[in-house]
Amino acid sequence: MIFFNAETPSWMISPIVVPLTAGLLCFLLSRRTFVIALAAALANLIAVCFLTCQLLVFGPMRCHVGGWLPPLGITLRTDGPAVLMLLMTAVTGLAITLYARGYFTCRISEPRLAGRHQRQQRYFWPLWMLLLAGLNGLFLSNDIFNLYVTLELIGISAASLAALSGKPASQLASFRYLMVSLLGSLTYLLGIVFLYRTCGVLDLDLLRNFTAGGSGMRVGLALMSVGLLLKTALFPLHFWLPPAHANALAPVSAILSALVVKGSFYLLFRFWFEVFASIITTSALNFMGALGAIAVLWGAVQAMRQQRLKLMVAYSTVSQLGYLFIAFPLSKVADGVQVWSIVIFMALAHACAKSAMFMAAGTVFLHLGHDRIKDLNGIRSSLPITVFAYGIAGVSLMGLPPSGGFIGKWMLLTSSLASLEWWWALVVMAGSLLASIYVFRVMSRFFVIPEGFSLKKSEPLSPLLEWPALVLALISLFLGLAAPRLLHILATGNTALAQVFPGGLP
Amino acid sequence: MSKIRNRRKRLDGFQRLLLLLVICLTTLLGTIILTIPENTPGLAGAVARLQERSGVESPVTAVLLNFRGYDTLLEVMVLLLAVIGVWSLAKAPFPQQVTDISPVQMGVVRLLAPLMCLVAAYLIWQGSHLAGGAFQGGAILGAAGVLMLVTELPWLRGIPALPLRIGLVLGPLLFVGVALSCLFLTGNLLGYPEGTAGWLILLIEAACAISVGLTLTSLFAGGRPENEIPDKHHPADHAPNGDRS
Amino acid sequence: MITTLLYSLTGLILFGMGLFTLITHSHPLRKILAVNVMSTGVFLILVATAYIPLGQGEVDPVPHAMVLTGIVVSVSVTALALILACRVQETSNLALLKRKEQAKTTKEVAG
Repeated sequence: MIFFNAETPSWMISPIVVPLTAGLLCFLLSRRTFVIALAAALANLIAVCFLTCQLLVFGPMRCHVGGWLPPLGITLRTDGPAVLMLLMTAVTGLAITLYARGYFTCRISEPRLAGRHQRQQRYFWPLWMLLLAGLNGLFLSNDIFNLYVTLELIGISAASLAALSGKPASQLASFRYLMVSLLGSLTYLLGIVFLYRTCGVLDLDLLRNFTAGGSGMRVGLALMSVGLLLKTALFPLHFWLPPAHANALAPVSAILSALVVKGSFYLLFRFWFEVFASIITTSALNFMGALGAIAVLWGAVQAMRQQRLKLMVAYSTVSQLGYLFIAFPLSKVADGVQVWSIVIFMALAHACAKSAMFMAAGTVFLHLGHDRIKDLNGIRSSLPITVFAYGIAGVSLMGLPPSGGFIGKWMLLTSSLASLEWWWALVVMAGSLLASIYVFRVMSRFFVIPEGFSLKKSEPLSPLLEWPALVLALISLFLGLAAPRLLHILATGNTALAQVFPGGLP
Repeated sequence: MSKIRNRRKRLDGFQRLLLLLVICLTTLLGTIILTIPENTPGLAGAVARLQERSGVESPVTAVLLNFRGYDTLLEVMVLLLAVIGVWSLAKAPFPQQVTDISPVQMGVVRLLAPLMCLVAAYLIWQGSHLAGGAFQGGAILGAAGVLMLVTELPWLRGIPALPLRIGLVLGPLLFVGVALSCLFLTGNLLGYPEGTAGWLILLIEAACAISVGLTLTSLFAGGRPENEIPDKHHPADHAPNGDRS
Repeated sequence: MITTLLYSLTGLILFGMGLFTLITHSHPLRKILAVNVMSTGVFLILVATAYIPLGQGEVDPVPHAMVLTGIVVSVSVTALALILACRVQETSNLALLKRKEQAKTTKEVAG
């Protein structure tokens, strides 16, 4: 027997293996699946916290699966950004697990449609656990073909989850999502082919050090980027996102918006700024920034026009993902750590806030039976915690201090002004203004009670439906206060970028 | 006739532009492929050097189940995910009326299905030194299952769900179990102990082949079995018509 | 070698054909078949890549393993897509996925 101490790199397989086994058991057994899933989500969180401590004490690590070294074997690695994304997935995942339990219990108590809801509950847990395993595998992997397999794992489970509700619109949206996801994966695979042909290796570290790549490497990176952009729904490839996210069940919408799109974005960012940083041109960065800016404005304008709450939140996702891409052209002036910190902060804050918002929207739908915005009057008295959660999540989306969204946007603004490219700052500010419009539009409905309006009698809702949303929203609000600690984790892990960052950070 | 002609003529402006773009893209990619020098060794040398430590003689099986076994582990999960997704969407449509099976069909199934299982077992074993292995054997097993489904054997409708689930999960679960026990024995996930690689790979391949065969058969059946969920009848959960055509 | 180049170019042409069909044709079954053709194209290029080191004496088994993995993934996804297409047809009575239908059903939202 091998003795494991705290320094063993093999601990980093636990966030992958635990949800994987849990998913298998959830499929095999038909009862008690929630207990297995909850245990797996808790174990995942504990494992990720342990990995964070391991990172802070021992630095970044590599784990060679099977003992085979690269170029032949597959490597897993932990460093600052990977660990932070794992933390985001673990915390949000636990909250979504609890919320989903409350959601399905509440729905199954309705006798009319109990059959459909039992089917949904039966298959939600294995799909969600396998999706969690795929996400963790994606954040930890250091091998481009292994990343392709994890992308497929994520894509198939996400499409199945999106179709779980059974309604016609969701089936159509899920089919379109699956086709787009497939197109993205195949383009990514074609990119792998070009890269392998040019470089002969599949390991990210070896690819980073490969200097003799020419047009083959560029084309490979371009193809992989297009594939990942399709999966991340950057304008103009975002057409599949609003119907898929809006028509899904509420916990599934939270998973899709908060976690799944972040996975492919994280890969894209890592490829552009770490692995292939030497062949990225300024015009490419500016192009991505331009697309991000259009996404911010277009998504926000569309969100303002929506009549239904979940569609509005879905278009808000399109808009918020644009901010992540505005960080691309600003990397020239900011040093390495700052670009990573912009992106990580915005991703973390958006994950917590968006899942809280979708959870709140789902609770509202359960309570009222619909989600038409103009009929959402006066809910603040029947669902106070949910409205509070929605408001705080909106604060983070708008970018008010001390939320994580504020930190990210602040860093975007300072970098943009420092580089004298002031137009990005204009877009960020316009986006925040538009975000406040669509957030307050719904908030005002929650609080305003028109004349002669009788409030709906509130049946007691399970606390699992309201409190996870509030906790996540509060996390996104106070993320800014934890900023120094998070930046420390980021700087510790990134050995290539471990520089002293400027003292002007809030 | 005119309708078809109208539809074909409707290669409108957007489609023409797209055709042009796709042709340009393909030409560009083709020229890039022509310019890539053909002297990159790839990973063939590394595999050849480490071949005898892998426990099998076939280089492809060595790569699939030893050097890059982690990829195969995830890929087996992808197959299982497809089954879970399909089962969550629909119930397996079986024909309502029981028609008589033609004696020719019955005879063919009786002869071929066991023979296919035998060929599959041989393919699994052959994977260690020639082309073959878990997926190839599993594909033959799946073909046997599909043959039985197409013949609409009456006992297929009443297959209980739990044994089917056990069979589907057996391969992935065993794979994960072997991987974890190797972790505890040698400190590496999927790092087979000295000398045991050969038969451990064979064990994994056998279990995965059974699972793959059952997976392919379930995918062809197109939905979950009858008694998977003890649910009340809801119209959206049933296939509208009985036949599978 | 000329053989590997021929295989690679054929794979690329298949990829392009599949891509065009996927985007322009509106029937779900056509789209699924187009995706299959695209994946076949990519696998062809991968198989060609495996034979490039033949000049130095051995065949590269890693692209073979990649193709096997890719085929398995492709089969799973095709099955899921087919059942989804059946469900789309059952629930919305749509035989084609035109852009107009997409705009109409975007307005419908379910919990």
